[in-house]
Amino acid sequence: MEINIGINGESRTFDVEPRTLLVHLLRDDAGLTGTHVACETSICGACTVLVDGKAVKSCTVLAAQAQGCEVTTIEGLADGDQLHPLQEQFWEKHGLQCGFCTPGMILTANQLIASNADPTDEEIRHGIEGNICRCTGYQNIVDAISAAAAQMRD
Amino acid sequence: MIPASFDYVRPQSLEDALARLGEHGDDARVLAGGHSLLPVMKARLADPAVLVDIAGIEGLSGISESEGGIRIGAMTTHAEIEASGLVQEKCRSLAEAAGAIGDLQVRNRGTLGGSLAHADPAADYPAAVLAAEAEITVAGADGERVVGADDFFTGTFETALGAGEILTSVRISAPAARGGSAYLKAAQKASGFAVCGVAARLALDADGAVESIRVGVTGVAATAYRATSVEEALTGSAPSAESIRKAAAGAGEGVDALDDFYAGADFRRHLAGVYAARAIGKAWIRASGK
Repeated sequence: MEINIGINGESRTFDVEPRTLLVHLLRDDAGLTGTHVACETSICGACTVLVDGKAVKSCTVLAAQAQGCEVTTIEGLADGDQLHPLQEQFWEKHGLQCGFCTPGMILTANQLIASNADPTDEEIRHGIEGNICRCTGYQNIVDAISAAAAQMRD
Repeated sequence: MIPASFDYVRPQSLEDALARLGEHGDDARVLAGGHSLLPVMKARLADPAVLVDIAGIEGLSGISESEGGIRIGAMTTHAEIEASGLVQEKCRSLAEAAGAIGDLQVRNRGTLGGSLAHADPAADYPAAVLAAEAEITVAGADGERVVGADDFFTGTFETALGAGEILTSVRISAPAARGGSAYLKAAQKASGFAVCGVAARLALDADGAVESIRVGVTGVAATAYRATSVEEALTGSAPSAESIRKAAAGAGEGVDALDDFYAGADFRRHLAGVYAARAIGKAWIRASGK
């Protein structure tokens, strides 16, 4: 079946099987491998992308369900060479160790900050409940999100 | 993990969706947010030949005021219900149940109708809709019918939904002048599903006595149920922390409880009493404005 999806601001058309999951369309058909596949059971959050601005687990969404939607992946966050404040602060605060969960963490945090410009640490921890860091480096991730929110308020 | 092959249709009207279901019979399944159905299909526990995606149908989503209560479309997401001022005002326990589901991403996609139709025995909504005496509207080839929450959940992953029917909306009656509700749960740490979840909705009369109360319990037994002995024990007199604790202990008594590696049957029955006391206590405090 043919589907049309906006990916990082660009309108794209794909011919896919109905059973194609959004995460595989993004990685295999669109070549955007920044979105990671890990648990494949909507637990870990590594595959999180934004669909119409809302964080979703792309391993549990059919590509067909995203027909007509605007999808944002980690590749679409920076403005040219200018990193997004979240990317900058994950770097600055050492909010990653192996980096596998980072794209999902950043996109979830993106929605979190969009709906709450000044989240408390507790609100951040509640917000990223659906993203697991296998290195267990949560403290620096929370610090990075908090710092990014502050940078975006300035 | 990828589901087995299927055909996908996205009808633009309820009539068309019902026609598609009629055409394919048992081979078709309704796709709402997909957060219960797709995991089951990925695990190959279900392999429908046709998915009828109802996301394109107008009017199946949204929250509106209805005769002092609320009407919630089946495609309304958990996140929308959690954040709705109207739901918080009219039936706080439902907003709390929505907010207790999964995580941010799951709440962004999962829907009220999808969750109810899936009828997972550890889902959060069943307790809340039982306590709220919700009316569930179902559309079929012969028109609409309304199923009361008490008659909706018929077994583990089983509901009163007939073949070819689509759950379209849920209605919750107006809260009492002195009314309150609450939902609390003990979550399975890894999955977030309820090991025990209790919703209570009650109304007090002018003297502070319990005029009516309904208590829904999920996660404890193979199907969500009402703790009717607790309701009866508390109706007609003014509650106290002590009377609530005493009555609530009955919430798990005699229940054929689920028993697994995470929580044994005795523990689940015990949790039912503890969480019933907490949920009723919270609803009572909200109703009495304390």
